[in-house]
This record gives sequence, C-alpha cells and structure tokens, in this order.
Amino acid sequence: MEDIHSQTHVSIRNLRKTYNNREVLKGIDLNIAKGEFVAIVGKSGCGKSTLLRLLAGLEPKDDGEIIINGTGLAGLNLNSRIMFQDGRLLPWKKVLDNVGIGLKGDWKPRAIEALRNVGLEDRGEDWPSKLSGGQKQRVALARALVHEPNILLLDEPLGALDALTRLEMQDLIEKIWKKVQITSVFVTHDVEEAVALADRIILIEDGDIVLNKSINLPRPRQRSNSAFTNYVEDILRKIMDSSDLRLVVKHK
Amino acid sequence: MKWTNNRLFSQLIPWAIPFLILFIWQFFSIKGIISDRILPAPTEVFSAGWELIGTGELREHISISLWRAIVGFLIGGILGFFLGLFNGLFKISDMLFDTSIQMIRNIPHLALIPLVILWFGIDETSKIFLVALGVLFPVYINTYHGIKSVDKDLIEMGRAYGLKGPALFFSVIFPGALSSILVGVRFSLGVMWLTLIVAETISAHSGIGYMAMNAREFMQMDVIVLSIVLYALFGKLSDMIARYLESKWLRWNA
Repeated sequence: MEDIHSQTHVSIRNLRKTYNNREVLKGIDLNIAKGEFVAIVGKSGCGKSTLLRLLAGLEPKDDGEIIINGTGLAGLNLNSRIMFQDGRLLPWKKVLDNVGIGLKGDWKPRAIEALRNVGLEDRGEDWPSKLSGGQKQRVALARALVHEPNILLLDEPLGALDALTRLEMQDLIEKIWKKVQITSVFVTHDVEEAVALADRIILIEDGDIVLNKSINLPRPRQRSNSAFTNYVEDILRKIMDSSDLRLVVKHK
Repeated sequence: MKWTNNRLFSQLIPWAIPFLILFIWQFFSIKGIISDRILPAPTEVFSAGWELIGTGELREHISISLWRAIVGFLIGGILGFFLGLFNGLFKISDMLFDTSIQMIRNIPHLALIPLVILWFGIDETSKIFLVALGVLFPVYINTYHGIKSVDKDLIEMGRAYGLKGPALFFSVIFPGALSSILVGVRFSLGVMWLTLIVAETISAHSGIGYMAMNAREFMQMDVIVLSIVLYALFGKLSDMIARYLESKWLRWNA
C-alpha cells in the first residue's frame, strides 16, 4: 500500500467555512495520497458536502489552504471532476452529448469510449429522461471520467438509488477506480458503503474530523466478513456516541 | 391501439366543431332564420372572397397585413428577447432597465393610438410601431423569467465541467430558458394580431382591417365577415407555427 499511496496529492490545512455566522467547517486538516480512495461520512449538515464543494472550488473558502500537487487551489479546481447526487444531466442534450460537455476537439470517440466503460454504449442517442436513476448516474460517472481528471469527487452519488442499484454502482465505481487509480473523495452517509469502497474513512461531526481510520481489508470486500462488520459497527458506534439522541438519554 | 390514436382521425377531429357551426349557420341562412343583413350565409362569404381574389384586392390586403405583422413582430420580438436576455443575465442591465420597462408595460399599448397617429400619421410606421410595442413585452417577460429560472444546479455543473461564457450560455442557459421563451412567442403572436386588427381598423388605407371598415361603409356584410374569418385563420396558422417550433426545439421534453 505504501508504494502507490506514499505521495501526497491533496493537502488540506486549517480549512474553514462559515455560512450566515454558522461555522460549517472548523479548521479541517487532511492529507490524501495519490490514488487513494477516501470516504467522508457523517450526518446531514455535518459539513461533509461543503468540504467536497470547497475541494471542487465551487465555493470560496474562508480560511486555510487546499494544496493540490504542491499548488494552492484558487477558483475552480479543473483537475477534479465532481459527481452530484442528482446527476445533473442536461435534459435537452442526448446522453452522448451530455458526456461530451466541456470536451474540445474530436470528442465523440472519447465520449463513446467513456459510455462503454460504464456499460451504456448503446444509449448514446437517448434523451436522459428515458434512463433510470442508476443509468443516469452511470452517465454522470462517464461524464466525469471522460475528462481524465486527477481527482474524482463524489457527492453522495448513490444516495437517491434503490439498494440493488446501489450495490451495482458501488461495484462499478470500485472497478473503475482500480483501473484508473484516480484519487477519489466519496461523500456518503452510508457507513457500509464507505467501508466497502474506501481505503480510509473520515468521520466529520459538526465541522470537525473526529475519526480518521484506514480500512485494511482485501478487495473485493466481502460484506458478510466479520472484519468488515466490525469496521462498520465501530464507526457507527462512534457516530452514535456523539449523537443528539445519546445526549437526550443522558440528560434523563 | 385506441381509435383516438388513429392519425387521420386525430387530424380531422379538431375541425369537427368549426365545420358543424358552418353547417348550422348555412342551414339557418337558407331557411331565412338568420337574415342576411345580420349575417350572410357562409357560401356568400366564400363567393365574396372568391370575387376579391379575382380582382387581386384580397391578395393585396392580406400581403400588406402579413408584412406589417411580421415586421412588427420581428422588431418587437427581437428587442424584447435581447432586453430579457441582458436583464436576466446581467445585474447591472436589470437594475438599469427593468423598472422603466415595467412602467411602460403597464400602459395599454392600444391607448397610444391617438398619439401614434399624431406622431407617424396613418402610414406603415404607426402600425408597425404598435405591433412591435405590443409584442415586445410578452417576449421580454418570458425571456427574462426563463433565464432567471434556469436550474442553478445545472449552471453550477456546467461551470464545474469547464463551461463558461458563450459555451455555458448555449449549452445550459439558453436551452433551459427556451420553453419559457416560446411561451412568450406564442402569447405575443396573439397580441400581434389583436394590435394589427385594431390599428388597421382605426387608421389605415389598406390591409384586412381596412377592408372590413371600408365594407362597413357600403354595408358589405359578406366582406366584413370574410375579414373576421381571415383573422381567425391567420391566428390559427400562427399558433400552428408556434406549436411546430415547440415540438421541434423541445423534443427532449416530450
């Protein structure tokens, strides 16, 4: 693991973000190695999506630094591509044209190849409205990867899918990640999904990192495996320990 | 397949009621229930039309009316489109123009007819001016609203995928606003005919509206009714064009 993951790719230092006087990120410090798959978990509103949006450069930071390959990030992060929870395909463009957004030159062969990698090469001429939720996310994944970004940012891309489609998509994401060895940051609220996919899990609570745990399990990971379930339980317990529910019980 | 899906049937059924009315109208006229001084029979209207086609008069009136409608529509539509576009896209333009546009919009443009006659006389300029003014606001409002209501998430996605400037506009903003813009176009086509009819009726020496007014002087009931029927047909025609554009450009929405 050390040989490919030794090189720091993304370095986040004392990152802060405030919305309307509410501090959403309270000085995050995090290093991500080249080719590493990091999952960020936490409850709704903990700041995990904000962290991802700052990494994508979609919003300005208030303080701190995001250093990518030794260079500070200013403005949009064009080395990265982000995949959103709701797909965000353009409904007025055919699937193939959606994949080709932002590409220049002779883009069609590349877009077709990207669609083939997600198993949708025969749907290029369809309108996005004809696709299922899972297919839409596969197109969004193809659209992200066709740019050959250095960093793939995934903002709960499977959150709106049904359980079976989720499993399929998890396999696909893992397969593609293995193939292109891309540095990936995956935001999710599903701990099992995080353990299944990530090299390392970051738990964010109330704008702070409260857990930074490597997952040392061979891939592909067996969910029924006891080591796997132990990881999931550990992290869930950590989340529950600090939850509001627990506080209520304590006060009683 | 349901019988309402039959192609021939679905093309004919919308015309059933107009033809039924024509039939009843003709029937009552023949029976003398409707006096031809109140409403001439359809056949009389038709033969009046035939006669006017023969003398070339009808062609002349129709073409001048169409010309006024199209020129006025283009001027007003293009102005409205670009004003809506700029005010929707750029805050400074919005702050500068929107208040003034809203003030002018609330004046009924037909109320300007006396003023327009004094300014431009009764030649082409006054009709085109009125049509353009009437058409401008529906196109403006719907373009503005369309641009403003483009999904912000899609714009953000476009930016994150390296689109900016014209590429962002043509890939995301304009297609996102298009259905609203076309609603404005369709509405303004109605305003276009309304304005033209009123303007031609009040102040003109050619055009379909003039033909109707002139016929009134000579109690030519058939020609008056012919003019009204012509307006109905042209209204339907422009609506069909607007629908065609919608089905062509908004195919993804089907």
